[in-house]
Amino acid sequence: MHMADALFSPAVGATFWAASAVTLVAASRRLQSDQREDLVPLMGVLAAFVFTAQMINFTIPGTGSSGHIGGGLLLSILLGPHAAFIAIASVLTVQALFFADGGLLALGANMFNMGVCTCFVAYPLIYRPLMRHAGAKPSRQRVAWITTLATVLGLQLGALGVVVQTQLSGISSLPLGGFLLLMQPIHLAIGLVEGVATAALIVFVREARPDLFARDALPAQAAPQVRVPARWLAGFAALAVLTGGVMSWFASSHPDGLEWSIARVTGQANVADGGSRVHALLASLQAETALLPDYALPSASEPSRSEPEQPAWPTVEAGTSLAGIVGGVVTFALVLLVGLVVRRRQRLTLHVQP
Amino acid sequence: MCNRDAALREIASLQDAAARDTPLGRLDPRAKILTVLGFAVVVVSFDRYAVTALLPLALFPLGLAAAGCIPLGVILRKVLIASPFALMVGLFNPWFDTQSVALAGGLHIGAGWLSLASIVIRFVLTVSATLLLVAGTGVVPLCHGLRALGVPPALTQQLLLLQRYTLVLTGEATRMQLAHALRGGALRGLPLAQWASLLGHLLLRALQRAQRVHQAMLSRGFAGALPVANSYGWHSCDTLFLLGCSAFFVLVRGVHLPQALGAVLLRVAA
Repeated sequence: MHMADALFSPAVGATFWAASAVTLVAASRRLQSDQREDLVPLMGVLAAFVFTAQMINFTIPGTGSSGHIGGGLLLSILLGPHAAFIAIASVLTVQALFFADGGLLALGANMFNMGVCTCFVAYPLIYRPLMRHAGAKPSRQRVAWITTLATVLGLQLGALGVVVQTQLSGISSLPLGGFLLLMQPIHLAIGLVEGVATAALIVFVREARPDLFARDALPAQAAPQVRVPARWLAGFAALAVLTGGVMSWFASSHPDGLEWSIARVTGQANVADGGSRVHALLASLQAETALLPDYALPSASEPSRSEPEQPAWPTVEAGTSLAGIVGGVVTFALVLLVGLVVRRRQRLTLHVQP
Repeated sequence: MCNRDAALREIASLQDAAARDTPLGRLDPRAKILTVLGFAVVVVSFDRYAVTALLPLALFPLGLAAAGCIPLGVILRKVLIASPFALMVGLFNPWFDTQSVALAGGLHIGAGWLSLASIVIRFVLTVSATLLLVAGTGVVPLCHGLRALGVPPALTQQLLLLQRYTLVLTGEATRMQLAHALRGGALRGLPLAQWASLLGHLLLRALQRAQRVHQAMLSRGFAGALPVANSYGWHSCDTLFLLGCSAFFVLVRGVHLPQALGAVLLRVAA
């Protein structure tokens, strides 16, 4: 359930990037003050383990389909939430860069959905209190139940995050209720499967290496307290929400949010090539399109940039005029042509230097 | 099993592409990261119904592929098999957004189809640019670039270790699963009990390996940070690349190029 760039608006993407970046900085500060010296290689190897574990599927009894684990809770249990968040962030980054899961802009939101929700919500608020409550020697069943519950709730939060981000971005037309009804039950099922698998793994490793789980029973955090003051975090979070809110308000009231803000900042409508001939030529072409009613349908002519009130769908109109369609088709053909030329050239160079 | 091998081959193919000496590979990683990030922001900043206006942006990934001598086929294949989540969500648009838009010539189309087309184009553009960034840079320079841009060293170290040990642990998992299969187990889709035992042992081995790695790192003088060889410097060609690409993005964002092109063609035809 990686979010994809294609479903994001810039404001929402930036807001969640800000939230994840602040968490990332805080977690790495916290890590530097940690006493455990072997944490760096341990995090690297365990992140690689999660990556590998996600590629090995197990069968789900009675269905014939298969599942794999998410790993956020597993890493939190073995490494503590801060190191786990950084490890999960690195896994998500590699997935985004190498496997095209999500994208650069969506990476922040994915870190939030799959990292923050499990490492900083499900682990400290569900898993740890319940385990502490269970005492020093909890039974297998108890460990399994607690792990499953924490996994399910973490995944539910993550799925909720996906729905909220998609809705706020407004690229998809799915209604909120329908999307929620679609996502939450699916992820309840996925969460149960993941939870049982994580629980099986935790129970197995607990028996083999009980020393790794000593910290579960500790009454309080032994590590020194947070270096990043809580009010800094709160300030950053408030700033992120404010920025996101303000930007998305502009984005919704002025569909051309970026252009609008550029116009405000520079005092003119288009910044690039301010007075160059290319720009003047293109601008005059654009003006002429609107003056040629024979070619552009009257209702479909593009409103000029400086027009104060914009119709509800500015770009639909711009993209559907006759000139827009002809130009679009020709551009598409040109792009294809460039692609073919690039491919051909590469074949040639590959032949030359095998 | 085969998807794991395919995944490994894909990582290897991207690493191979990055190892070659190309014009794209010689650029400073920071310039490439910033440009691709700017590209993603520009792509998603378009109106949700923008279709034709997005098309000129495809020249950017094509240019990257040309400058990096990266086979387009590899990138396209990866884009196609990439997570279909965006497409699945997008497929609902035609159902829920049924407002009709007038096309030229009296034709009408549901607005949802336009936004679906827009999502598909955005997806291809952003995903291919990201893949080309990796294929044209390589992991180690990329991590150095990220570090220089202010990403916490804890994360960049993780990325380096992760890409190193993913190959090691995946190889180990493949051998364990093969041994299991040779003794009569299932090759893929293990029952949960066997899966937990197999992965549990892999986890134990991974923990032991982490201890050995730590010992090895300590004996080589590790003191909290991995050294990254810095063989890059910001040259004028990096500035040129960054500014040139940005100017192109702003031009495409500000001026509806296909529309202008269409107007010229129609005038010529008339």
